[in-house]
Amino acid sequence: MSGRIKSLGALLGSVLATLFGLAIVTFMIGRVMPVDPVIAAVGDNAPEAVIQRTRIEMGLDQPIVVQFLRYLGDVVRGDFGNSILTRNPVTTDIAHYFPATMELATYALLLAVVIGVPLGIWAAVRQGSLTDQVIRIVCLAGHSVPVFVLALLALLVFYAWLGVAAGPGRQDILYQDMVPVVTGFLTIDTILAGDWGAFHDAVSHLVLPVSILSYFSMAYITRMTRAFMLEALHGEFIVAARAKGLSGARVVMGHAFPTVAVQLITVIALTYAGLLEGAVVTETVFAWPGLGQYLTISLMNADMNPVVGATLLIGLIYVVLNLLADFLYRVFDPRVK
Amino acid sequence: MLSRRQFIAASAAFPALSYLSMTKVFAATPKNVLVVAQQLDNMTSLDPHESYEAVGSEICGNMYQQLVSPSFEDPNVVEPQVAESWSAGEDGKTFTFKIRKGLKFSSGGDLTAEDCAWSLQRCVALNKGPAFILTQFGWNAENVAEGIRATDAETLVLTTAEPTSIGFLLYCLSANVGSVVEKAVVSANAVDDDWGNGWLQKNSAGSGAFTLQVWRPSDAVTMQINPNGGYKGSLERVILRHIADPSAQLLTLQQGDVDIARNLTSEQIKTLQDDPNIVLLRKGQASLVHVTMNVGHEKLKNPKVWEAVKWALDYEGIQKNILSVTHEVHQAVVPKGLPGAYDENPFQKDSAKAKALLAEAGFPDGFSIDMDHYSAQPYPDIAQTVQANLAEIGIKVNLLAAENRQVLTKMRARQHQMILAAWGTDYFDPHANVDAFCINHDDSDDAPNKPFAWRSHFKDDAVMAMAIAARDEKDPQKRLDLYVELQKHLMHNSPYAIMMQPFTTVACRTGVEGMRLSAISSGHSYTEVTKS
Repeated sequence: MSGRIKSLGALLGSVLATLFGLAIVTFMIGRVMPVDPVIAAVGDNAPEAVIQRTRIEMGLDQPIVVQFLRYLGDVVRGDFGNSILTRNPVTTDIAHYFPATMELATYALLLAVVIGVPLGIWAAVRQGSLTDQVIRIVCLAGHSVPVFVLALLALLVFYAWLGVAAGPGRQDILYQDMVPVVTGFLTIDTILAGDWGAFHDAVSHLVLPVSILSYFSMAYITRMTRAFMLEALHGEFIVAARAKGLSGARVVMGHAFPTVAVQLITVIALTYAGLLEGAVVTETVFAWPGLGQYLTISLMNADMNPVVGATLLIGLIYVVLNLLADFLYRVFDPRVK
Repeated sequence: MLSRRQFIAASAAFPALSYLSMTKVFAATPKNVLVVAQQLDNMTSLDPHESYEAVGSEICGNMYQQLVSPSFEDPNVVEPQVAESWSAGEDGKTFTFKIRKGLKFSSGGDLTAEDCAWSLQRCVALNKGPAFILTQFGWNAENVAEGIRATDAETLVLTTAEPTSIGFLLYCLSANVGSVVEKAVVSANAVDDDWGNGWLQKNSAGSGAFTLQVWRPSDAVTMQINPNGGYKGSLERVILRHIADPSAQLLTLQQGDVDIARNLTSEQIKTLQDDPNIVLLRKGQASLVHVTMNVGHEKLKNPKVWEAVKWALDYEGIQKNILSVTHEVHQAVVPKGLPGAYDENPFQKDSAKAKALLAEAGFPDGFSIDMDHYSAQPYPDIAQTVQANLAEIGIKVNLLAAENRQVLTKMRARQHQMILAAWGTDYFDPHANVDAFCINHDDSDDAPNKPFAWRSHFKDDAVMAMAIAARDEKDPQKRLDLYVELQKHLMHNSPYAIMMQPFTTVACRTGVEGMRLSAISSGHSYTEVTKS
């Protein structure tokens, strides 16, 4: 029992150390970069006296170490500071923008896994065949064509020419602010509100960005699945299974895939973390008010409180997903026990 | 005959198709809502006494009124707005404004001289970024209650520290810092001594045509019609949607999901020029693209070098090849569209003359120099042409590109040698630019004021005297003439090679009418927009 508490303590310690390191690095980058955050707040033409006063108000006249300790003190109390740009507490902002990104990322990941894993298995089983080649080309394209090209092409074809998908934005202006925010996931909130028009609208706005993001992720998942499966299929236990006279499907799904599943969990978890960071380019093209845009705009304006806050959140996501993957290892891989 | 497989495929496709057809129905925007695609990414505040950047100023301009406003047709004329008349006292320091009767705020409250006085006092006392436009008349937190007061419900009296030109004062009062906010509402939302600043950053309390419904940063701003603001058209709401990517703006405009696109690129504007569904509006902006030489640098001290650089640049070539639909050549310090602008462009590319001037300055073989510039287009293209032009007269230019805030921060620290940058005018008066470019009383490193001229060590007493004389001239017309004289002189006697003035182009769908553009962003107005 005490051993378990000890390992839990060690785990918590390593998580905190990771986040602390992240906070230091991000904070320092913000303070040493050659852009003056005060100018972002008061404008380039403001008189010197106003600039000096604002610098003091923002606490930027203090030595960096003092600034950092103050910041750390605030963070411990749950205060991540305010954004210069939005004038809101950073926590409020993140609570507003993150669900938009999470909704996008979650659907994109689901789609990528549902399509990517079977495709990868299929390609591995038919290694070298025409199917394998086609899948490889599709994946290569997904991984190498820049996202903004795909996104703009998708908008041009499905929104402008065919008119079958909604354009940029998360919602049509008709539905803006009509549905009470419960989860921040528009697809769920609209169902909870029973507003089917709004639900339909939300889905229609999700289709293109989700497809683009999931195509990109799917390409990666497919390639990894194929590689893992090929390795597994060359194992001696597969030869044994075949020698037993098992059917092809049972060999692949019953014997090869379970050994691959554990490795896939890591790949999928990291893909999800990558998606949750906020896909800046996709969010920009699709005018999606998510974490990626928030982070970029803040960075461009030297608004460092949101940058540090969002970076810590992203760090936390990676840590949590890694822990989750570790946990799933134990579930799926009997050897880890 | 349908095969079973075809039947299954068709029935599977059916729900999908019906779903697709529904989307189409919702495509056009409602008739009573104007939807604008715009980059809303550097707004920091919608408090008119604090907002300084273009988008925020523009939104404030649509929600608040000032005592007076410049005419859309003729920038040299000031028109009454909240004030119906004004007069200057004999001493040149006292100015009396009669406030128009019957004006109401969006809350329904009456707009009185007390609201006007309180608003101006608020701006001075808060002393945010743009407050210098008012505090330059000598007001500060201590004396403002005396200097700005309402003597009765319809009379506002302003007393300046020094004799002041009424022309100058009026233009300054027409800026957003002169906005009238409702005293009762804003002071009710004050926290500590913030004059309601925290609240007004995200709310509105004005008498303009619109009120703020919601501002969701990097997403949308929604303005509603102010029932008391005198708007006569068919709109009920104006929604500004943050669409960062110009291509996405263009697509939504062509699809009819937005009525107006604000940030199209020059290539996109070219493709729209013959589109029957789109009307393009164009207006010169009070902004300048300039190459400035740091006089503090050994090689850039000599006025002959300044002149040589100005004769070396290929203004027309740059305009034609790089900036054809976005900028015009403009070489004077006051941009077109502002009062007192001077519209002649004496410099053109003459490498032989430039080379001779450089030799006279003692650099027959030229020299080598660094030039900082913004890394966003079109600046790298302009910088390369400048580099090529100067190479022809023997000046070897080293280009240093960086993100624009970084370039400006370096310039503020006086660490640049040459710089290619843009300058935006703060308010609708020639003094705004002349002040920044000409007046530099103290050039020491720890000067109390660090104006634009200070950053490049430009201090010329003759120029400064001309600038002050123009600012203080009592006769409004003569005042503007003095500015023209000053600009002619400055062109040949300053380290500023002013090159271009940008245009803003707004693409509207046909049927959307009445959008008015001004040289200064706070003047871009939706107050007369109608949609059919």
